[in-house]
Amino acid sequence: MARSRVVLSAAMVMAAALAVPLHAPLHAQEAGHVKVARGTVQIERAGQKTPAAVGAAVQAGDVVSTGPDGSVGITFLDNSLLSAGPNSVLAVDRFAFDSTTHQGSFESSLRTGTLAVVSGKLAKQSPEAMKVKTPAAVLGVRGTEFLVRTGDPKKD
Amino acid sequence: MRRHAGLAALALLLLVGCARPTRDDLYVLMPGADGKTGALTVESAGRQAVLDQPYAAARVKEPGQVAAGTVTEQEARQAFGAALAAQPDRPLSFILYFLEARDELTPESRQILDRVVDELSRRPAPEIVVIGHTDRVGPVPYNDTLSIRRAERVRDELIKVGIAAERIRVEGRGEREPLVATPDEVPEPRNRRVEINIR
Repeated sequence: MARSRVVLSAAMVMAAALAVPLHAPLHAQEAGHVKVARGTVQIERAGQKTPAAVGAAVQAGDVVSTGPDGSVGITFLDNSLLSAGPNSVLAVDRFAFDSTTHQGSFESSLRTGTLAVVSGKLAKQSPEAMKVKTPAAVLGVRGTEFLVRTGDPKKD
Repeated sequence: MRRHAGLAALALLLLVGCARPTRDDLYVLMPGADGKTGALTVESAGRQAVLDQPYAAARVKEPGQVAAGTVTEQEARQAFGAALAAQPDRPLSFILYFLEARDELTPESRQILDRVVDELSRRPAPEIVVIGHTDRVGPVPYNDTLSIRRAERVRDELIKVGIAAERIRVEGRGEREPLVATPDEVPEPRNRRVEINIR
């Protein structure tokens, strides 16, 4: 009896593990905070979309999107600043930052829209630490300020 | 095998791409606010462009076609106006100095504290990290405690003027991260400090 219960609970643990989408981060981690939110701004986390107000936390794994009237500015823990214009979808794929050593990594994807970036302590510490992707390109960041526009011209 | 598949995909893309571009991607390197311009690599399907001058730009109309060029400041402001307007305030760092072996600020540093408070009042959802440091006079454990006490002293000042306590994180680094390197037991006023980082 005890044995079958152990087997059953092990099976349940495995089932629960398999139910987790493969791309979901194992440990949700605070990455930054919304400092500017105008018009429609949403944060999608674990399949749930919620409106993002100033002060809202952004975690690794979140997808931040803006409506036709929307724009959003986020300050990350390493002092990176990312801000997106209207009709944008920005995914925070990965964020890890050690505030003492300034080591870690930061990967984000602009799926569509416009993005302004000011890189922070991660890119300063290591040129490989920060990457921004679009559907067509991968950007390597050497401590800098830059702009990204990506999308399908038919939709514009 | 993968290479062949890649070539076939590229050929298909070129065929389809001749009709009209599939993308309207633009990547622009901006001059840094501190006057220094960094560098950006743009890589698309094995092709790469390096942007290292202000307003250097790369356009990608098809994956694998990276056209390097420049844009004017006006073009950049026009294409990215809303994104630039939504940029959060730049993080700022202030340094306050302390009297020797005490958690009391120098008179000049009291004035800097006023500026910090003024800056915080203008920021939405401000976050504050207060980090205490000491010089190398005294044992390491004593300085660890002193550095935290100094940081807490500054935190208390910030709370007193109305900054919410939960927005402030306090850290102490003791004598480990001197601004000016000294031998042990040498008094150095520039190392008796608290950093206030706000964002």
